[in-house]
Amino acid sequence: MTMHDINHHLTDKLLMAYSAGALPEAFSLAVATHVSMCDECRARLGAYESLGGAVLERADTVAMAPDSLDVTMARIRNGAPVVNTPAPHKRGVLPAPLCDYVGGDLADVRWRSIGMGVKQAILPTSRDATARLLFIPAGAAVPDHGHRGTELTLVLQGAFVDETDRYGPGDIEIADEDLHHMPVADIGADCICLAATDAPLRFRGMIPRLAQPFLRI
Amino acid sequence: MTRGQDAWVTSMIAVRDARDEAAFARLFGHFAPRVKAFLMRSGADATLAEECAQETMATLWHKAHLFDPNRASVATWIFTIARNRRIDVLRRTRHPEPEDLPWGPEPEPDQADALALQQESKQLGEALAALPEKQRVLIEKAYFGDLTHSEIATETGLPLGTIKSRIRLALDRLRHAMK
Repeated sequence: MTMHDINHHLTDKLLMAYSAGALPEAFSLAVATHVSMCDECRARLGAYESLGGAVLERADTVAMAPDSLDVTMARIRNGAPVVNTPAPHKRGVLPAPLCDYVGGDLADVRWRSIGMGVKQAILPTSRDATARLLFIPAGAAVPDHGHRGTELTLVLQGAFVDETDRYGPGDIEIADEDLHHMPVADIGADCICLAATDAPLRFRGMIPRLAQPFLRI
Repeated sequence: MTRGQDAWVTSMIAVRDARDEAAFARLFGHFAPRVKAFLMRSGADATLAEECAQETMATLWHKAHLFDPNRASVATWIFTIARNRRIDVLRRTRHPEPEDLPWGPEPEPDQADALALQQESKQLGEALAALPEKQRVLIEKAYFGDLTHSEIATETGLPLGTIKSRIRLALDRLRHAMK
């Protein structure tokens, strides 16, 4: 499913934390979406999940209730039958994990303007971190900001450039406290990203700082 | 006699293709008590762990058509189902999953690939067992849900370097299997 050459990948620690189920939901969504676009990281994730399998295989055992197999067979007979062939996902712009959160594809996103032509849509995840879709018009910039925690930014369409590099479709930028940047969308096309943060961003300018509490960015 | 990994794959395929209840009972006997222990280590009480272990095994039956021995061992596949259950029930949030890969051009899985993957999984387990106890315990804590993601990011004692060669081999195998 690699659409372009992806140059910016997930770190081993993020893959391990995802496979261990330790990430906030918003970060897991960014990881699952990148993996949907990147065969290399899908294989690397498979290796970390194998480690989880090895841990389970070696784990101690706790005896199940005496009737548990019968109860489980009853559960199976009463359970909703799962459709045998999952409906083939019609590929739009958004990979399947994101479609689940949007409730449709790109056309169904409910954008809210945050000024300068930039729009966002906050996705419904647990509150320990925030996931948002960002729409940055071609050539426009997201105000200069730093990070208190971690910010994952995954490009879904178009591209952006910041102080570190150029990020195209499928690329994920992993920013921590040390990075202060001003992402600018490529001039060629509007840029759509998924951004996940576990702490509010730190803006340099006065206006974005004042607007921040209202925009939840 | 203990069953090797390949026997679990055989049982899993019998469940997948023939809805074989005896094969399911064998998988249940081996894995359900491990899933229950895993969930109790993650903070579930015995009643909740029993129920979630049953649900995990019922999911294995219902989703058997998604099991692909080229991509995961049975233990790995059950681990991911149990992990997602744990997040649903204990953290009350979801664990978003990657998009399924479209089926490849050849519907018949390559048996040599599947065997090699099972072999790698077994060796990964042996590499884990051979780690110094402190390092092994850290890995187990991470997968039992006892470490936060920032602890995983900063924990310098995680022996990712030591087991990297094993992870590397598993990775090469998976890459090959996805071609």
